[in-house]
Amino acid sequence: MWDWDYAEFILPKLLEVIPAALAAALAGFMLASLLGLPIALARRSRSKWIALPVAAVTEFIRSTPLLIQLFVLVFVFPTSFGITLSPFVAGVVGLGIHYSTYMSEVYRSGIDSVPKGQWEASIALNFGKVRTWTRIVLPQSVPPTIPVMGNYLITMFKETPTLSAIMVVELLMTAKVVGSASFKYVEAFTLVGAIFFLLSYPSALLVRALERRLQRSERRTLLK
Amino acid sequence: MEWLSLDLLPPLLRGFKITLLLTLCSIAVALCCAFLAGLARISKYAWLRGVATAYVEVFRGTSLLVQLFWIYFALPMLLDIQFSALAAAVLALGLNYGAYGSEVVRSSILSVPRGQIEATIALNMTVYHRMRRVILPQAWSMMLPGFGNLQIELLKGTSLVYLITLTDLTYQGMMLRSYDLSRTAAIFAWLLILYFIAAYALTLFIRFAERRAAAGRG
Repeated sequence: MWDWDYAEFILPKLLEVIPAALAAALAGFMLASLLGLPIALARRSRSKWIALPVAAVTEFIRSTPLLIQLFVLVFVFPTSFGITLSPFVAGVVGLGIHYSTYMSEVYRSGIDSVPKGQWEASIALNFGKVRTWTRIVLPQSVPPTIPVMGNYLITMFKETPTLSAIMVVELLMTAKVVGSASFKYVEAFTLVGAIFFLLSYPSALLVRALERRLQRSERRTLLK
Repeated sequence: MEWLSLDLLPPLLRGFKITLLLTLCSIAVALCCAFLAGLARISKYAWLRGVATAYVEVFRGTSLLVQLFWIYFALPMLLDIQFSALAAAVLALGLNYGAYGSEVVRSSILSVPRGQIEATIALNMTVYHRMRRVILPQAWSMMLPGFGNLQIELLKGTSLVYLITLTDLTYQGMMLRSYDLSRTAAIFAWLLILYFIAAYALTLFIRFAERRAAAGRG
């Protein structure tokens, strides 16, 4: 059933692709973090003309599958808009845009968690809008969201197999190609699963530890 | 508008039916897994907690698509049985989102105030009665928002079954596209719209369930 020699034989081929999968997840994560903040700010905007369209578009992106969005980037963009992206770039852009809608919610919850008194204090100190945001609100709203963001980075890493549908080289497709050469799928797919687990589970434990530490320090500041 | 022409709809709706069927079956399986694993994780038996924790961590720690491929391609080889693509898809989606759902179940049950449990002990209720009449009704309304989000994620996850050749909405879209590449944009626009409609329907359904669960409670 399980052929150890064969597993050992294909393992290096799989390990070779890990950096590409990690790079796609990291690049997508950075794009999502960058896009998430302006989306969160736009949805909070007092002008309905900004807040409503942005909310509608983000809800639409959030409730439709990443796979279809990737297909749109790869198949529709070249013909309809004349933009041709390489599979890797399309994958990163797709991941980034899809998860920026999730990330905006993370930022929003962070911003909402800043106590009202902080806003009032910055008004009392005659801070301008820019200074209020950069000096008071954002420094307090970003740190509590770090564990949540860590979780999304792990989620995005686990989402990279989806990119195989648009021919990005990643673990699952490599396993399928390797497996189809000898029709031994068991070893190939099991190894991919094990690799994903071994990379994402320790990271998840790390994020949980970070979360607990953050909660403890929050409790300490409350007691002070 | 010529662009979103309606003649694309009939074949897409055939796939849409499969997508909806798959979503509903998977939600049922996921709900069962979520309750079984969620309750097992707060059981007093260590072995039961261990089994449930292993299940949850393995399914949350690997990708849905990897699980789908494993169940469809590798599991039949290991056990020497045949799976239909639909059965493999329901199993993978159900087990994957069941693992996420078990966290919702567990945390909701644990957040029922301690005094409620003490009250059931004072009233001499059996363990079954305590769960059925006191804890689950209160936990249920806390679970619904979490379940709602997971439902949408599950619906989006169904698009991946196209990769194991199930004739779902995505598959039909890709087939149509292979007949006429010039209509690619219209086909994908329809796909996005249909998925959005399904997601919105699920959202409305969960809101209805939330209202019902909140009815008669302060």
